[in-house]
Amino acid sequence: MDRVPVLKLGDILIVSIQVDLQDQGVLALQEDLADAVVATGARGVIIDITAVEIVDSFIGRMLATIASISRMLDAETIVVGMRPAVAITLVELGLSLGGVRTALNLEKGVALLNHLGGAQIATTAR
Amino acid sequence: MTASGELSIGGNSDIVLVRQRVRAAAVEVGLSLVDQTKIVTAASELARNALVYAGGGRVRIEIVRNGVKMGLRLAFDDDGPGIPDVDQALTDGWTTGNGLGLGLSGSRRLVDDFDLRSAPGEGTRVTVTKWAR
Repeated sequence: MDRVPVLKLGDILIVSIQVDLQDQGVLALQEDLADAVVATGARGVIIDITAVEIVDSFIGRMLATIASISRMLDAETIVVGMRPAVAITLVELGLSLGGVRTALNLEKGVALLNHLGGAQIATTAR
Repeated sequence: MTASGELSIGGNSDIVLVRQRVRAAAVEVGLSLVDQTKIVTAASELARNALVYAGGGRVRIEIVRNGVKMGLRLAFDDDGPGIPDVDQALTDGWTTGNGLGLGLSGSRRLVDDFDLRSAPGEGTRVTVTKWAR
């Protein structure tokens, strides 16, 4: 089974989904991220879906669940890099991903986390 | 027309395979990127439905033609318990599983033609078509 690596950068955890994940892979990511938030004390989680070609209701629900779990563990989740075709399809499917914050790209996602307070990564200190 | 064919849906890895094959067929038909994304998403929902509610099934991927228009038709078949109330099953948010209840109703919105045939004990057949514009 494919497992998505969880990277740590300062107070932020970053995952970039690069493969067409099976459902078990999606569930494993949920658990890996929850564990990593607690183990590292991260204040923010960024999920990069730039390479993700489709988000169906299962993956959409996983993104919303990760956001809820992280919030309960005192971390904000930002989904970044959603393709326009994916956004159009998600809305038509009926999934608005309420409660999931998004940013256009990784850079804006990091800026949003810093703006929300708490999360700081070394590279933002000039 | 290499993308046509039949795939069986027996496990989670098959859902990924269905997505990949439908994507290839959608490209071959000449669907726009947004329409490719919509039909692949619908295929993912319907393949998962077959797996979750019927323990598996199969999908027939077919490139169809209506006059000068090309289209992609997917027929999902299973031998599961069937759906007693089709109208209810097509309602947003209705589910007998633990999903969001968007699989069938959402898939219908993502395609051009949608046909659902099912009866208790007789399995379910969902046929969807997306036409190139």
